[in-house]
Amino acid sequence: MMPPDGPSPDFWAEDPPRPPAPPEPDAAERWLDEGAGPMVRPYVMTSGRTEPSRGTFDLITLVVAVGVEPDTTIGLGPEHLAIIRLCQTVMSVAEITGHLDLPVATVRVMLGDLLDKGFVSLQEPEPEADMHDIRIYKAVIDGLRAL
Amino acid sequence: MVSGPSRRNTPAGGVRARRLPTAVKIVIAGGFGVGKTTMVGTVSETQPLRTEELLTDRGVGVDDVEGVERKDTTTVAMDFGRITMRDEYVLYLFGTPGQKRFWFMWDEVALGALGAVVLADTRRLSDCFPSVDYFERRKTPFVVAVNCFEGAKRYDLAEIQMALNLGPRVPVMLCDARRLDSCKEVLIDLVLHAMKYRGLSEEAQPQNA
Repeated sequence: MMPPDGPSPDFWAEDPPRPPAPPEPDAAERWLDEGAGPMVRPYVMTSGRTEPSRGTFDLITLVVAVGVEPDTTIGLGPEHLAIIRLCQTVMSVAEITGHLDLPVATVRVMLGDLLDKGFVSLQEPEPEADMHDIRIYKAVIDGLRAL
Repeated sequence: MVSGPSRRNTPAGGVRARRLPTAVKIVIAGGFGVGKTTMVGTVSETQPLRTEELLTDRGVGVDDVEGVERKDTTTVAMDFGRITMRDEYVLYLFGTPGQKRFWFMWDEVALGALGAVVLADTRRLSDCFPSVDYFERRKTPFVVAVNCFEGAKRYDLAEIQMALNLGPRVPVMLCDARRLDSCKEVLIDLVLHAMKYRGLSEEAQPQNA
């Protein structure tokens, strides 16, 4: 005997079908919903900071992760960890921003944190004043010819 | 070179420091729709990526934002590609937005660039004036590459040189941004020009530039 005010089987039947499960993200680093855009405003990820605590981070500064893989208990956010994962291979600041779909300024702040904590190592590009190293030009010409 | 604190050692005792390559960059500039992204994509070894910069206070004085202060932050996107040169160097190509109001961004990209390619379209030659102006003023070595669109009237290179009021030493060439050999040629010519411009070619390169 059904209790009088309990939901009837019909009620359940009308329940809308469950939406299909969201597709698996293609990469573990993919923590943004492409369609909706970032779920968190960039300045939240950086706790409101707009300048990195250390370093200048040119767009072509090369970054590589060093040391052991950190765990999440030491004050690093998911974006920090995503950067460390990406930088297992050498990667420029521009590439990091492109892969994570984050503004350059945000990535710079987070790289400053990682540099502070010793999780990344950097290679800054040649400053403009040092554009007189002929080896650079020769290497670039050779590299282009080999394409 | 800045590196993380060296105390972070691997269990083996040595710092897991690989010798990092040095990155160099070339800027691909020019008006809207002239083929910058195409050129970047043609020569890049990876799928071109896009980096975004928020146009906030740094745009003040560049963009007139009076009356629209509450407008959402403008985003400027830039496409770039990468070419690995043996182990020591990595070349990045940045396609910069051509409009004058993005100059704040150009400064960042042009700083330390090996040189620049200004792409031009003869149907809208004036679109590349701001780029030419910019690199001339900044003294960044550049070449002008006329992207040959189908249906566009072919001009003599000397005419284009004159129309752009270029100095006689700025190389002007035709190119097809969709073809690798054509883009390669433009980039190699640019690097040779940059060497010459910076007074490096005499002892190292035969005078074929």
